[in-house]
Amino acid sequence: MSEQQQSDPGLYDYLSYRNRPKITWPGGKTCAVWVAPNLEFYELDPAVNPHRKSWPKPHPDVVGYSHRDHANRVSHWRMAEMMTKHGFPGSVSLSVALCDHIPEVVQDANQRGWEFFSHGIYNTRYSYGMDEAQERAIIEDSIATVERATGQRIRGWLAPALTHTPRTLGLIAEYGLDYTCDLYHDDQPTDIRVKSGELTAIPYSLEVNDHYGFFIYNMSPREYADTLIRQYDRLADEGDKSGTVMCIPLHSYLIGQPHRIGPFEAVLEHIAGDGRAWITKAGDIVDSFREQMA
Amino acid sequence: MTLDTSYLEYPWRQRGMDHEHYPYSIMHQRTPIVWPDAKRLLIWPVVSLEYFPMVPADLPFRAPGHMQTAYPDYRHYTAREYGTRIGIFRLLGAFEKVGTKVSVATNSAIAERYPELICEIMAAGHEIVAHSTDMNGAIASGMEEADERALILSSLDILEKACGIRPRGWLSIARSQSFNTAKILTELGAEYMCDWVNDELPYTFQTKAGAITNIPLNHELSDRQIINVQQQSVDSYAQQMLDAADWLLGETKSHGGRMLPMHLTPYIMGLPYRISAFENLIAQLAAQQDIGFARGEEILDSWQTQQ
Repeated sequence: MSEQQQSDPGLYDYLSYRNRPKITWPGGKTCAVWVAPNLEFYELDPAVNPHRKSWPKPHPDVVGYSHRDHANRVSHWRMAEMMTKHGFPGSVSLSVALCDHIPEVVQDANQRGWEFFSHGIYNTRYSYGMDEAQERAIIEDSIATVERATGQRIRGWLAPALTHTPRTLGLIAEYGLDYTCDLYHDDQPTDIRVKSGELTAIPYSLEVNDHYGFFIYNMSPREYADTLIRQYDRLADEGDKSGTVMCIPLHSYLIGQPHRIGPFEAVLEHIAGDGRAWITKAGDIVDSFREQMA
Repeated sequence: MTLDTSYLEYPWRQRGMDHEHYPYSIMHQRTPIVWPDAKRLLIWPVVSLEYFPMVPADLPFRAPGHMQTAYPDYRHYTAREYGTRIGIFRLLGAFEKVGTKVSVATNSAIAERYPELICEIMAAGHEIVAHSTDMNGAIASGMEEADERALILSSLDILEKACGIRPRGWLSIARSQSFNTAKILTELGAEYMCDWVNDELPYTFQTKAGAITNIPLNHELSDRQIINVQQQSVDSYAQQMLDAADWLLGETKSHGGRMLPMHLTPYIMGLPYRISAFENLIAQLAAQQDIGFARGEEILDSWQTQQ
């Protein structure tokens, strides 16, 4: 760790919510809605990172591992089918090793026209403690692995299990990635200060992430659906002044459980039927934002 | 602290799983399952019968629901006992009303301490699933294999003696296993385990001692998770089970039989202010012609004949 720790990371200038330049999304829509399914692979017996435990229990953490394995066997297929049914493409937060382990899931997402960004190699391998060469290796691995599996060049990054180093944002910009999903300061995109390249922070969300909904706020499936609808309604209202972004970050092993997927359908029906939503992918939002800010 | 170079090596990064217990399989692409009596959805109630010694062993970990205060924790000791004195009979009564038989995951200590309860459960046609010895009988990596084998064997032997037949199924405390558990269960003749929650149908789990079937007992749809951990009401619990049943019934139209595990805890669901809502739920489910109830062993037998 050669870099000194900074109390202000200096990522962006302060910008008050009032009197901002007006963003207008294509077709005059007020809220850009993107769905971010996390397609992940967790290891049963991963290597140990001294800065963070992979599993709360000694390996094998049977419930932890098998709950997440439900995603690839069962719930991805449920969630993906429902998204397609209602016209929502995915922008995938991908554990890129899933391309090697379960190409069926990755191909399914690709065939549905979804976009991929990297969420690290595995969600059980963390960036904490990596030196620059190691961090470059996982970025290069991500770019090459996804390109080989899907033909797509990744444009974005969500740090593996949200583990960062102070180098990460600069490095992904240097490699030509366009967006980061790791910053939560705004409901609109923000250009981030980087040494080389161009990097935009796109609003992802922890607050309405299904993991937070179910395990931080302990919501019932119907409460979570209602939360998403309220979040959308407010952002679509405010987006009349300047276009907002709403992300719906999902983990199929949570939202695709049989007691949750039915109530969730009401959310997609509501947003698709409202008329003010630009239902799209992360890269398109970043492109539209940059065109308007240029 | 800088990471060792081995942290970026991935020895299991290959097609399929990162272990040899089961191959990858997409549930929605499997040959459809057909359940007995033309039922499309089988509800699988599993009631946990637990004995919490007032002195926790904490080896290798303290079970969910265990003691919390300094000794003597009369509060939690007796509140758990409420489940085996009162709550279990409310739950059994709820199932009797709709004429259904269930699985009861039982600590072998229950058989030693309350044999009349085991006799009543067996006489009513319910199934006893082995659920370790008592709530100090938790398993995790770090245990000696011989100790783990002795613990599992003791549970199976005591329950066999009390029930007259050897339990065919096993549920670990907190569904926690070591790397040896499935192998030991297979060696000791258990036919199925309920610990792995990665699927919604039974599947074959390979061990060095041969194969065992895993019947996934969804932990998210347990009363412990919804009511105790997530602090939701019994009405919300009932709604969630009905929503799950509706969804799964929908899938059966295109994908064959489905099952819905219902994991229950007598000291949680068997309280006076909760049990009526639970009885209503059971009645609503039982009233639907396409829905049946089944014990774990019935699901196992039906599934195995279709493999």
